Amino acid sequence: MNVVVCVKQIPDPADPGSLDPSTKTLKRDGKLILDESDSYGVEMALQLVTNAGGGEVTLVSMAPNSETSGLRTALAMGAASATLVSDPALQGTDALGTAKVLAAVIKDANPDLVLAATESSDGYTGTVPEQLAELLGRPSVTFAKTIEIDGETVKVQRQTDGGYDDVECPLPAVVSVTAGVVEPRYPSFKGIMAAKSKPVEEKTVADLGLDASAIGWDGARQDIVDIAAAPEREAGEIIEDDGEGHAKIVEYLDSLKVL
Amino acid sequence: MTLSKIWVYAQADEGKVSTLTLELLTKARDLADTVEAVYAGTDADAVAAQLGEHGATTVHTTGDLGGALEGVPVASAIAAAVEAGNGPDAVLLGTSYDGRDVAGRLSVKLDVPVITNVVDLELDGDRLVGTEPIFGGTTNVKTKSTQDGVQIFLVRPKSFAAEPNGGGAATVAELSVPDTGATGAARVTNRYVEEASGPKLDEAAIVVAGGRGLGESEKYEMIEALAKLVKAAPGASRAIVDAGWVPYSYQIGQTGKVVKPTVYIAAGISGATQHMVGMKGSKNIIAINKDPEAPIFGIADLGIVGDVHKVLPKLIEALESR
Ligand SMILES: Cc1cc2nc3c(=O)[nH]c(=O)nc-3n(C[C@H](O)[C@H](O)[C@H](O)COP(=O)(O)OP(=O)(O)OC[C@H]3O[C@@H](n4cnc5c(N)ncnc54)[C@H](O)[C@@H]3O)c2cc1C
Ligand SMILES: Nc1ncnc2c1ncn2[C@@H]1O[C@H](COP(=O)(O)O)[C@@H](O)[C@H]1O
Repeated sequence: MNVVVCVKQIPDPADPGSLDPSTKTLKRDGKLILDESDSYGVEMALQLVTNAGGGEVTLVSMAPNSETSGLRTALAMGAASATLVSDPALQGTDALGTAKVLAAVIKDANPDLVLAATESSDGYTGTVPEQLAELLGRPSVTFAKTIEIDGETVKVQRQTDGGYDDVECPLPAVVSVTAGVVEPRYPSFKGIMAAKSKPVEEKTVADLGLDASAIGWDGARQDIVDIAAAPEREAGEIIEDDGEGHAKIVEYLDSLKVL
Repeated sequence: MTLSKIWVYAQADEGKVSTLTLELLTKARDLADTVEAVYAGTDADAVAAQLGEHGATTVHTTGDLGGALEGVPVASAIAAAVEAGNGPDAVLLGTSYDGRDVAGRLSVKLDVPVITNVVDLELDGDRLVGTEPIFGGTTNVKTKSTQDGVQIFLVRPKSFAAEPNGGGAATVAELSVPDTGATGAARVTNRYVEEASGPKLDEAAIVVAGGRGLGESEKYEMIEALAKLVKAAPGASRAIVDAGWVPYSYQIGQTGKVVKPTVYIAAGISGATQHMVGMKGSKNIIAINKDPEAPIFGIADLGIVGDVHKVLPKLIEALESR
């Protein structure tokens, strides 16, 4: 059972960053970390491979600037190796272009299962996994809460508005996982040391044989026509609870005539 | 100038068209001469009246998909119509589970970009321009596709009001689904619906939401008791959904539901940008938090700096005795 996990490396969400006014892309200077959303996929993959009694978890990531620190975190959790696609030409790549890059790497690896998160923490377009599946010509199940492998079939509990659906899908497949599906392990000291020497293969767009017009700003085929601060909501009355805070709330609800 | 034709991906549950679908139909009427729906249920005849009432003149239906997830067959059917020259200028889809799947598959089939997280749409010649909030809703960017061909937009719930225009029932037309081969092989074998009583979270006039500040799972009962008293829907921050206190269907925010009730009561919620993006459209916001610096107070109309374990029991008691 071989699983490829797509992992995005993102700026620390505690410091959400800004748009570069000249290129209108997210500024990505500074260290990138493993997107927390993807740590669930890594954990899930490690558990599935352990349960299957053999196989490997490998990683694929696309980042414009040779960044590997997020990959090292996932390697320290237990993944065997990683492929990083890094190229200045990737600047401005949108979800479809990202999926094309990831697909080019994964095609060669031909794993039984590809895992991704339902959405990334910084871009949250939430379309990459499905685009990737289509490019690979594979079936897919998005929004997985649980994943179980049964022979040549993957069984998933798929999140719905009011609960979940049981979904069955033949392998090889692409599955996207929701946050909170499993508890991602903390890398052990041994894991962190081992990760330093695990192979990370770096590839360029040319290595993948991808047409340069499919990626970057040209590939995105979108114009940002305006960037503006969103209108702010004003704060109202803030009061310290002196034991009568609840009465203030009742009074307010009364004034709105909703009771 | 308007577009000539927009298709809206329609979804319904037990014969009731989703509010999100009706919101998209309503907006599409301003943007195109002809608005049509694409629907994958077996009951197109039953939903045709609701769709027509909101502006769809035709509902293209794939009919029974035999339990297949909708993404692949619906995208294949739309792509085939486009290739045959019968497609729309733009497809609008709601940010729902299946909506995202259809959009992703369709963008690859047609090799066109998808513009996601859209909260507003406007016309610029024959292009639609989408507005998307980024950085947790602090900045808005406007984006349009420069690629000829079909424009695809994934629109967030509650971006537009749903308003009927008095149209008659939509004409039901068959939309054929090409053979999807291996890609369409995922099948739903069972459905589970979590029991919920009271109003639905995304439709309730009042929402009472709890967060990590409640301290422990059992204390969520205070939220439920208060919600019951004021006929509200109970909701939650992601922190307590991830902790397993309440089901995911309670989650409000970027990765949960978008709510715009008349009154939103946040108890023990800090007000992270990813939470606020799902509730800051509420008409009136009441926040209870012991930390005067909590970001939620920045958008609250009434803020109580206090302990939820003191304020909520007294509030419940006061309302019970009325
Ligand atoms: C990609 C991504 C998507 C996300 N999507 C969502 C989403 O959809 N929805 C969402 O909610 N979050 C989302 N989050 C998580 C979000 O960033 C926050 O972590 C989360 O909203 C915090 O929940 P909270 O306010 O309950 O907890 P905390 O931030 O821990 O806040 C608890 C609050 O309770 C207060 N408190 C503590 N004790 C008491 C007491 N006794 N009385 C009164 N107040 C008390 C504290 O002062 C604090 O302000 C997302 C994060 C990411 C990265
Ligand atoms: N640059 C990237 N490198 C690796 N995986 C990615 C990348 N971008 C997106 N993904 C995967 O696709 C998921 C959804 O991303 P998105 O569609 O951008 O919200 C992410 O959580 C990742 O699993």
